[in-house]
Amino acid sequence: MAYGRGTAAVKAVEEVSLDIAKGEFIAVVGPSGCGKSSLMKLISGLHPPAAGILTVEGKPVSGPLKSVGMAFQNSNLLPWRTAVENVLLPLEIVEPYRSRMSAERPQYRDKALRLLESVGLAGFTDKHPWELSGGMQQRASICRALVHEPDILMLDEPFGALDAFTREELWCTLRDIQAERKVTVMLVTHDLREAVFLADTVYVMSNRPGRILKRCEVGLARPRDLEVTYTQPFQDIVHELRSLIGGRH
Amino acid sequence: MDRGEFAIKVLSPAAFVVAMFVAWELVCVAFSVPLTILPAPSDVFAALWQYRDPIASNSVVTLWTTLLGFLIATVFGLLLGIGVGWHRAIYAGIYPILVGFNSVPKVAVVPVLILWFGIGEVPAVLTAFLISFFPIVVNVATGLATTEPELEDVLRALGASKLDIMRKVGIPRSLPYFFGSLKVAITLAFVGAVVSETVGSNRGIGKLMLDAQAAFQVPIVFAGLLVLAVLGIVLYAITALVERRFTRWAFRGQNAH
Repeated sequence: MAYGRGTAAVKAVEEVSLDIAKGEFIAVVGPSGCGKSSLMKLISGLHPPAAGILTVEGKPVSGPLKSVGMAFQNSNLLPWRTAVENVLLPLEIVEPYRSRMSAERPQYRDKALRLLESVGLAGFTDKHPWELSGGMQQRASICRALVHEPDILMLDEPFGALDAFTREELWCTLRDIQAERKVTVMLVTHDLREAVFLADTVYVMSNRPGRILKRCEVGLARPRDLEVTYTQPFQDIVHELRSLIGGRH
Repeated sequence: MDRGEFAIKVLSPAAFVVAMFVAWELVCVAFSVPLTILPAPSDVFAALWQYRDPIASNSVVTLWTTLLGFLIATVFGLLLGIGVGWHRAIYAGIYPILVGFNSVPKVAVVPVLILWFGIGEVPAVLTAFLISFFPIVVNVATGLATTEPELEDVLRALGASKLDIMRKVGIPRSLPYFFGSLKVAITLAFVGAVVSETVGSNRGIGKLMLDAQAAFQVPIVFAGLLVLAVLGIVLYAITALVERRFTRWAFRGQNAH
């Protein structure tokens, strides 16, 4: 994948080969600007690859994938909609929900409400985004990514703008969602503890043009408790990943 | 509304209006300003009362030509704005034309309109329209053109079409810009209608003032100005109210709760 044209083109991602199993939780980590987000845009079909083949579930990707739910560092909630209306948005776009929307709006609304309740937003479903805290906005954003029951959930530094405690809370929320729904998750992050705590497999990317430096399977047993982050095996994995990423010290 | 807010929002404007009229009256009395130069407020109000019937009937004409022109400008401005904001190439291509068109003083266009449509209300309506659609187009187009790409990505990732993105994100997002521009447009439409009436018309406040001026009935001219000012404030207030009603989310932090 490349940005720009001709000799001025910047290669963002090069020779990346990922093999992600269904229901797997993978994390992609790497230094800033290494093409993590580009990789995600590539897989989701938002950007076409400059060269090479991209297949998801055996089919080549030619345009945006409807079976993907996305959430970004900014919650990107629409400020004129309440939390529940924001969560309903994908159902207004994606088939088959779209054509049934007018007939089944109450059922869809219930579904969205239940989803919001499951992430602890029971009392806030009719609030507008600016009335929610950053953590709440991000929870709503994840609900929006999940409501159309995608097979793949793509998260681009979803907790990057949150404080440390809220972030850990949301790790657990995400962990439970994934355990319950068995959805395939691709998490792009620069927080190594986050990656190791949540993922089955962590991919480390190099500086631009981004390549996969290492594939690291996290052997920690599930379900994982936050306590695990203070154990020696956990620390060892994080340490090993850190040394791969490099940078000046 | 508590007492402090009432004092700021109602009493304060009222006090300033009264103070302005008092000062005006005092200046006229103190310097014995001739009636034909600057009539005192008392003379203006007297003329307003004495000629209330012609003033009212002509005001109605000005009001409906303004509103009709404004309505056309709103619909046209919204559609053109969406068209211009649809794609960057259209935005870049059409913008210079719009700016050039807007730079032409509309008072210079009125004679052409009279030539085409004759003396009457049509040139007033068209002038009101021509002068007021520009801010609507620019605001709607800007609102659309500045939509955050991440917001679009969220929808594009779901396979949304350009039309979907416009309907779900672009247009709602540009509504505050649209309603904001209506406040500007309504006052401009009013100016346009009156200008056209002054250049050539048989009815309307502009025409009334022109006749009064020719007859040296200066208090009537000022009564006309006063009526124009009050109508302008009322129209502005209505549009501002509509704006608040429809784009409450954009006013968060001020009166959101």
